[in-house]
Amino acid sequence: MVVKVYGCPFASPRRVLVCLVEKEIEFETVPVDLFKAEHKGPEFLKLQPFGTVPVTQDGDYTLYESRAIIRHYAEKYKSQGTNLLGKTIEEKGQVENWLEVEAHNFHPPIFNLTVESLFHPMLGIPGDEKLIKENEEKLAKVLDVYEERLSKNKYLAGDFFSLADLSQLPFTELLVSLMEKQYMIRNRKHVSAWWDDISNRPSWKKVLDLYPAPDSKNWTRFNNFHV
Amino acid sequence: MVVKVYGPVRAACPQGVLACLLEKDVEFEIVHVDLDSGEQKKPHFLLRQPFGQVPAIEDGDLKLFESRAIIRYYAAKYEDRGPKLLGKSLEERAVVDQWVEVEAHNFNDLFYTLVLQLVILPRMGQPGDLALARSCEQKLEKVFDIYEQRLSNSTYLAGDSFTLADLTHLPAIRYLMTDAGGLAHLVTQRKHVNAWWQAISTRSAWKKLMNLANY
Repeated sequence: MVVKVYGCPFASPRRVLVCLVEKEIEFETVPVDLFKAEHKGPEFLKLQPFGTVPVTQDGDYTLYESRAIIRHYAEKYKSQGTNLLGKTIEEKGQVENWLEVEAHNFHPPIFNLTVESLFHPMLGIPGDEKLIKENEEKLAKVLDVYEERLSKNKYLAGDFFSLADLSQLPFTELLVSLMEKQYMIRNRKHVSAWWDDISNRPSWKKVLDLYPAPDSKNWTRFNNFHV
Repeated sequence: MVVKVYGPVRAACPQGVLACLLEKDVEFEIVHVDLDSGEQKKPHFLLRQPFGQVPAIEDGDLKLFESRAIIRYYAAKYEDRGPKLLGKSLEERAVVDQWVEVEAHNFNDLFYTLVLQLVILPRMGQPGDLALARSCEQKLEKVFDIYEQRLSNSTYLAGDSFTLADLTHLPAIRYLMTDAGGLAHLVTQRKHVNAWWQAISTRSAWKKLMNLANY
């Protein structure tokens, strides 16, 4: 059964795509046009009542929230592809710990930074400099914690790659490429080494190759962007 | 081995962990952290939780933080006893995770901002931003509408039994019903949300926690 992944092929849906590639699970993407606010329309809201992407459909089984989806497929296909959950219950606890860190400490500032310094300017709306500065400072403090953690552990949950690292890929990619803030990663020795490691995984390169983010000329034709 | 839970018994996120441990009948000891004096930002606590937040746990050699990671760990470790907080199958478990994520990303920030503006800042002698609080309240109305729809088709958020998805809402909704004045209507005016709240807040584990916290 091929898993359908609804969403635009950059940002949060990429979290699911890279997980499915790591787990060697066949999938197909179903585009949802955020610029035409398709995700807020009645048809989509039947699938996902909060109007956000991604959503997956696996036969009759529908799931939303990217971090719930990746947990499910990592567990369901535990014995195939890369093990993304650690080898013991305690290791899994560390995976959960750092996946929650990504969700609650890392994601908010990097998401706000993405909106202000990438999405808005590309749509002709000036980015709010004050918000950019505030969120960059918050993100810097989080990356300082990561630097300390990664000076003692090869990956966030321990000495093994896991969902906790995978979950950081989509927005960090935007940070170092389209947002041109690679110094935030490169100025931190251990974060830099960790980023080189995880972003060079074949699964991530495949996702970037198959599903590139729109380049800047494609963004400006949309004037109805809903985040 | 007694699990040490670091954090005040009256703070929302530690309460989620304590409720889970009580449901699973796991012995714990609460190590108070004085948020009012900023103990959570002091160096000795940052060694335990580098973001300066509560709760954190210590269970022998195991140290964890992030309440939703901690409850998932204990729900899995003690899967065979007490209520099935992770559902009864892999598919049910994912739906539990989905609604825990919904609470984390669609509900929690709104609730937290509301409480910050209406309760915490005034308690610290600073004026809360009432316009921001009102805007959060309006957004929460929409979120509760979705919950009402969901709970009209399902007794509990993830299905027909109580799971982590319901448990993670207990501390915040308790706050809305009591401490944050004038917001109980968010629950009481919605038939299915209200019935769900009655069911989850009368569980004996939650009542034990209310006693422990001296409410």
